[in-house]
Amino acid sequence: MPEPRRHDVEQAGRYLRPYAITGGRTQHSQYAFTLITLVVARSAHGSATGHLEPESAHILDLCRDRALAVAEIAALLDLPVSVVKVLCGDLLDASLILVQSPPGQESRPSVELIERVMDGIRQL
Amino acid sequence: MVSVSSEPVMPTALKILIAGGFGVGKTTMVAAVSEVPPLETEERMTEASLGVDDLSGVEGKFSTTVAMDFGRITIAPELVLYLFGTPGQDRFWFMWDDLATGALGAVVLADTRRLEASFASIDFFEARGIPFAVGVNCFHGQRDCSAEQVRAALDLDASTPVVLCDVRDRASSKQVLLSALEAARARATAERDVTYAI
Repeated sequence: MPEPRRHDVEQAGRYLRPYAITGGRTQHSQYAFTLITLVVARSAHGSATGHLEPESAHILDLCRDRALAVAEIAALLDLPVSVVKVLCGDLLDASLILVQSPPGQESRPSVELIERVMDGIRQL
Repeated sequence: MVSVSSEPVMPTALKILIAGGFGVGKTTMVAAVSEVPPLETEERMTEASLGVDDLSGVEGKFSTTVAMDFGRITIAPELVLYLFGTPGQDRFWFMWDDLATGALGAVVLADTRRLEASFASIDFFEARGIPFAVGVNCFHGQRDCSAEQVRAALDLDASTPVVLCDVRDRASSKQVLLSALEAARARATAERDVTYAI
């Protein structure tokens, strides 16, 4: 019985107002997600997701066993980045995901970190 | 003691921006080095995101959608680099703080037939203090001017690397990224030395 919603979303395609999914919220009150904040689904909570919106359940599916950036989730779900940030904020509130923020603006990258990235690119 | 061993290891994410005028090859460069086909995502920019106070009615509210391409390079299991191609013809990405904030460095791609298309990106990175390199995309192998001529035309600092490149070529695109990282390393080294001196 609760199945038709995802079907509706597909039918409506891009005409569905994306912020309807977030209950009209354009930003989460509590967290500062960035484009490259990484998200992983917490493994222990697989059974507690029955009540989730389809989009939130989809995020958990995508981030099961691997870390994805907020931007990647937005691209894979075809949703605006800010919508994904709100949904991830709710998932974090529910302890369903772990997140890793990128190094902050205040902590400039070290010479060692930059050289590691350079080595990695040379080896591509 | 609580066991958390079942939780996956969280990597650290870094990013490099690839900017430049419309059609200069930003997405091509992302595709040349990314381990996944470039993904596209978008953000809606409103007055709120621009930090503009406007007391006029809702009907006059400014809103635009900017889209960008990006790719990913896994440097190590615990270190992931994202490459963001900035929205092409759209000047509004400059207001997208989240895109520029915390970038390791940037590449400005330039086309010698219309160098002026890269001015805005260069100004932006200089003003924000984001280290960058200029990649002169030589379509079809045409190298009709030197890196030094481009440097002079763009009025760049001596510390900003300028490299001729073909962004369709993986090795060439890697070299442009390395040049941007060299600029970042030079600045990080200078800052470290200042810190040690104090």
